[in-house]
Amino acid sequence: MAGNRELTGSDQTEIFKTALLEVLPQLRAFARGLCGRRDYADDLVQEAMVKAWSSRNSFTPGTSMKSWTFTILRNHYISDLRRNRHYSALDPQVAESMLIIPAEQEARVHLSDLDAALQKLSPERREAVVLVGAGGFSYEEAAQICKCPIGTIRSRVARARADLAQLLEPDVQGPSAD
Amino acid sequence: MTQRKEEQNDAARNPFRTPRPPRKKDEPDWAEGLRQLYNSVAEEPLPDSFDDLLKKLDKDGGE
Repeated sequence: MAGNRELTGSDQTEIFKTALLEVLPQLRAFARGLCGRRDYADDLVQEAMVKAWSSRNSFTPGTSMKSWTFTILRNHYISDLRRNRHYSALDPQVAESMLIIPAEQEARVHLSDLDAALQKLSPERREAVVLVGAGGFSYEEAAQICKCPIGTIRSRVARARADLAQLLEPDVQGPSAD
Repeated sequence: MTQRKEEQNDAARNPFRTPRPPRKKDEPDWAEGLRQLYNSVAEEPLPDSFDDLLKKLDKDGGE
């Protein structure tokens, strides 16, 4: 009897709120990976929460809340980057030119070094490797979040991996290898 | 075989380097580190400010 009743608006809001709450820890991790700063990352998450809440009617129940909120956060981050001119254009050539500040030689990978190396990647490569290499997204899901073809995501992840390898293990893959 | 050759080359380039622990196939040291970085944030207790914001949004209707 109660099983078939339509969900009321307040039921839907409650379901939405619970789903949003569940995804927040991962959203914080994604934001931290993107920008590398705790305070800014948490601001990004809160701004994404406000946006998600006001757009909640456009969320399709049954689809991934995680993908949906990651997309919102990512869009917000990209527009922030453009506005603040930390990174003025999402242009592949610019991305290439800001890449790779040589890392000191290290025998072991420490998480702080990895964190620093991650922030030396171009934003496109960083978000791709965080989504696929840490966030558990498939290439296809990551492509949807980043609004680009799946082949582009594959290539960004591969390049990010090569960049990280070079930054963190320069003696393995650096120019001296022959 | 290729793996062993790589390790030998590695040792030849840097004889003072500590041997690495065995890794998963095709997975560099930092790949696990990347997941650890992400998980370390995801496993942090959620600061109260997030819960407060959610309550505020819920209360205000947030359109």
